[in-house]
Amino acid sequence: MTRRHCVIIGNGMVGARFAQEARRHDPAARALDITIVGAEHRPAYNRVLLPNLLSGAMRDEDLILGDPGWYASHHVRLRTGTPAIRVDVAAHAVWTGTGDAIGYDHLVLATGARARVPAIPGIAAVVPEAAAGVTALRTIGDARRLANLAVTARRKHGRIAVLGGGVLGIEAARALTARGTAVTVLHRGGHPMARQLDAPAGRALATAIRATGIDLRLAVEAVRWEPGRGLWVRPAGSPGAEPGAEPGAELVRADGLLVSAGTIPETGLAAAAGLRLAPSAAIAIEDALTTSDPDVYAIGDCAGHPGAAGGLVQPGWEQAAVLASRLTGAEPRARYRGSARVTRLKAAGIDLTCVGDAFPDVADPDFEVLRFEDAGRYAKLVLQDDRVAGATMLGFPDAAAGIVQLYDRDVPVPSDRLALLLGRALPAEAGGTRAPAALPDHAIVCRCNMVTKAQLRDAWHEGATSRPALCAATRAATGCGGCGGDVDAFADWLSNTDPVKPAKEAILR
Amino acid sequence: MSAARGTPTHCPYCALQCAITISLPATPAGEPLIAPRDFPVNRGGLCQKGWTSAELLRAPDRLTTPLLREETGTRPATWDEALGRVVATITRLRREHGPDSVAVFGSGALTNEKAYLLGKFARVALRTSQVDYNGRFCMSSAAAAGNRAFGIDRGLPFPVTDLGRAGLVVLAGANPAETMPPLMGHLTGPGTRLIVIDPRRTPTAVAALSGGGLHLQPAPGTDLALALGLLHVARTSGYLDTPARATYRRQRTAGWEQAWQRAAAWWPERAERVTGVAVADMRAAVQLLHAAPGAYILTGRGAEQHTKGTDTASAWINLALAFGLPGTAGHGYGCLTGQGNGQGGREHGQKADQLPGYRSIADPAARAHIARAWGIPEADIPGPGRSATELLEAIGTEGGPKALLVFGANLAVSAPRARHVTGKLRQLELLVVADSVPSETARLADVALPVAQWAEESGTMTSLEGRILRRRRALSPPDGVWTDLEVLSALATRLGRDRAEFPADPDAVLAELRAASRGGLADYSGADTARLDDEVPLYWPVPAGSDGTPRLFGRRFAHPDGRARFVAVDHRDAAELPDREFPLFATTGRVLQHYQSGAQTRRVPELHRAQPEAFVEVHPDTARRAGLADGGRATVISRRGTVAARVRCVATMRCDTVFLPFHFPGDGSANALTNPALDPVSRMPEFKVCAVRLEPA
Repeated sequence: MTRRHCVIIGNGMVGARFAQEARRHDPAARALDITIVGAEHRPAYNRVLLPNLLSGAMRDEDLILGDPGWYASHHVRLRTGTPAIRVDVAAHAVWTGTGDAIGYDHLVLATGARARVPAIPGIAAVVPEAAAGVTALRTIGDARRLANLAVTARRKHGRIAVLGGGVLGIEAARALTARGTAVTVLHRGGHPMARQLDAPAGRALATAIRATGIDLRLAVEAVRWEPGRGLWVRPAGSPGAEPGAEPGAELVRADGLLVSAGTIPETGLAAAAGLRLAPSAAIAIEDALTTSDPDVYAIGDCAGHPGAAGGLVQPGWEQAAVLASRLTGAEPRARYRGSARVTRLKAAGIDLTCVGDAFPDVADPDFEVLRFEDAGRYAKLVLQDDRVAGATMLGFPDAAAGIVQLYDRDVPVPSDRLALLLGRALPAEAGGTRAPAALPDHAIVCRCNMVTKAQLRDAWHEGATSRPALCAATRAATGCGGCGGDVDAFADWLSNTDPVKPAKEAILR
Repeated sequence: MSAARGTPTHCPYCALQCAITISLPATPAGEPLIAPRDFPVNRGGLCQKGWTSAELLRAPDRLTTPLLREETGTRPATWDEALGRVVATITRLRREHGPDSVAVFGSGALTNEKAYLLGKFARVALRTSQVDYNGRFCMSSAAAAGNRAFGIDRGLPFPVTDLGRAGLVVLAGANPAETMPPLMGHLTGPGTRLIVIDPRRTPTAVAALSGGGLHLQPAPGTDLALALGLLHVARTSGYLDTPARATYRRQRTAGWEQAWQRAAAWWPERAERVTGVAVADMRAAVQLLHAAPGAYILTGRGAEQHTKGTDTASAWINLALAFGLPGTAGHGYGCLTGQGNGQGGREHGQKADQLPGYRSIADPAARAHIARAWGIPEADIPGPGRSATELLEAIGTEGGPKALLVFGANLAVSAPRARHVTGKLRQLELLVVADSVPSETARLADVALPVAQWAEESGTMTSLEGRILRRRRALSPPDGVWTDLEVLSALATRLGRDRAEFPADPDAVLAELRAASRGGLADYSGADTARLDDEVPLYWPVPAGSDGTPRLFGRRFAHPDGRARFVAVDHRDAAELPDREFPLFATTGRVLQHYQSGAQTRRVPELHRAQPEAFVEVHPDTARRAGLADGGRATVISRRGTVAARVRCVATMRCDTVFLPFHFPGDGSANALTNPALDPVSRMPEFKVCAVRLEPA
């Protein structure tokens, strides 16, 4: 295989992962010569954990993915601070903002997504941070800006408004409150995380969010951001209201605004290069991860594959792994068939897991639906052919972890459905069965020495009428010692029910 | 029992080395009696294996004469004839193919003296580089991780009794309630909580739960991700920022930033998805570690017997270092050594890359020291040889061994992909097996040599806490049976070495070992027989004139700069994952009644009755779906082989995992399934996870 030059546009979690996976298969760069161009000035970092910068749990440098020396030691040219400004697929070249062109054999687009910004007065539609007191949360720079706004808010006993109650909005709001910042989350729909949850689950989540001290307002839409005062809102879908019109609007006082109203795939380069876009507005890709140009690939949030949900890192990482196998020749026929849809909310005090499709028509006899709901918890588990088709688990930390594994591995679920919901096998019997009277003769009292109830009783009858004597005669409790209390109980029980005169000292010698 | 005739010694099995007294019968027909002694590790306790260990001495099929394989089968032979054949074949092979055509395989069951003399025999009498031992299947990952973190590898760098004062003990992949029951007495005091990490709800896990601790039940092969997730939670919860921990990290360690950087990418929700351990449980575990007055982290084979076993042990060590445990009074990290002399056996030169005193065979200064001790030119000491699995795999290949001498190991049962290994052994021109019973491997031998057992010879053992113990001779071996040392001495002499170089007397060998180990990491020079006989607690390093080292690391770690090393490690998948054809994880382990390949314990009637046959533990639903019922017969199938096993339905099993004990031979040999893929650092095979399917037998 002749060595090919692979250019990656985008040094984010997915672009960097592709480079790492490629070097895992091709450590000596025999198959692929790799260049990464990224607009940001720092090496790839972990966007998933940006809320941790708000809570103070992590610092900027904690988010850096991999050893900064990795690129050079693995023959990967990394050009940070180098935005790609144009792709010429005919010439197989990428033009950069620093004025040069890079030729490629393979081009990997990993340009990610940007924040979707509602078009309302006071917020710049494309670059929210251009507006005073407003930011998205996509970059370390955004997180810094938001953290500063939060500091101001705390100092003034004010608050931060969060526009959009999706996963990012809730995680960011929770991270802010963890550090003592008052937060109001404003959400257009009737319940938060509408992409993942049905209405009853959403109501339960709303309760859980409010229980952490977040002020959550549902079914409201933003009208205008007024720097220094706050966000004007009104009931969502107010009749006849135009964007920007303010009849009946109410001011939510806030010192800063986080826009977390979803993302838009970053497809500018691809569209300008004439690559086909999917109906989702992402770059259309095949299972081979090729775009409409056979030498151009797209992975991560910029790519539109029917089996990949946006906004999660896992599909992008899986696509990176498949593409690396293909382009290094490790597995030229590898295909990406979609990712398991698992959303795990990272918000302290709110244990929420959403798996697959939790909304099938409950009347459909193909589906078995388990539900549980009480004041603090909500579970809905949808099974098909004994396998997990979907699940929403709020406040079931043990069960959720196991259910995700069953879903990921496509393993049949236990027939004990209650145990499945509880996340653990139920004890076979109620407690207290170690009581000597209740045990059958063959019951093993001392596991280390396989001593049964019958052996203890026989030893008693032969004159071993104390715990030390029983232990000496049968070896019970001489291993791990864990059954010492049980042997005591036996001695008590036998001395009450079977008072035998100590016959001989034979055992005690 | 008559105390006058009792001999104080130690149990022949695991590395806890419980102290016992063996008393001989007054009449030849009587049975020797075993009684536990009050000793720090077992405090008068003993498990069923120990209580019945005298039965071994009376095994009905005891080997008492050398056996030679002829074309028509095996026949008894004299020692002279047997040793003559061994030496003649070895001499021919060495002449025709060079010294590396003869290989030696040792064991963690051998005394320190045997381990030492075996390594010397290989390097000096055979001049072969091809020597390794079954500890490669056991302790190699923990040893490698301990060496790179601390600069030294002593399983427990503190006495076992320290554990009794702990507020919290984390057991990562260890099941002492079954593998070394008396240890549990130190772990289950009223002030101690346990966190057990195991894919199965073992008796140890049950003990953890009943004592108010935790059982984390990860999918097999994901412990590394779990350890990374715990480190992540510890850091992001602010638990590592206490002044004491920050100071410890700054003054006593190196490499934190790089190790943390890997763990930073293992946020707990990501670790949860890989391991199946709930984030809430990870947080609870870390909270316990943070708050415990006295915390220890201990690893076992469950964490270590993987293709990433060294890195997994390193990840647990990183967590221990992050909390400032190693070398801090009342805290610590350790690994639980398994085999009776698994500790001493990995110190004195029966490893492919090692010379006595835990010296590296590649280190010129170490070679020069040992060459002086052995009275040979340094250039005559061979270089590093193949590790155990590679050594066995090389049989029958160009440049591979054509003769193999096995001492104290039952490879036909204990090696990974055991049936393949059996095939390899059959390809040898000469297989010599020294054993006391006709083990599965001895039955394959061209020359089987009957050797003495534990109570029939004396020597020293080094227990899991690094304490050197005296194992005493209580009775004579049966007529016709030699000791391993006598065998090595006789072979070396016949190969032209001076008898004085290869003494058969254990005390003479110990004297030589002490001198050879002097100045090494595992310095035994102060372990004299008088103090050992008096049961003075001597923990190595015990330089001449010192009282030994019960606790290591109090002031410094063994690296030249005195600091411990965080090692940057990352999770990776097991070498084989379940798929459509083989949808289940299989993991292997032990039962209380059996020891290792079972060659000894299967011959003890009481133990055999309790656990007579191979079984497979499986979730009742998984069994039902495979058409199996509790108590029925199953065939367990992997890419490498099949096992016939009795079905045991266990409701606490993960639905995706089955468990098999590896003590059984033949069609019940769990190692017919296991994956010989190796850890790149320790060369440990992946015993603890492979992919299988279940079918009715």
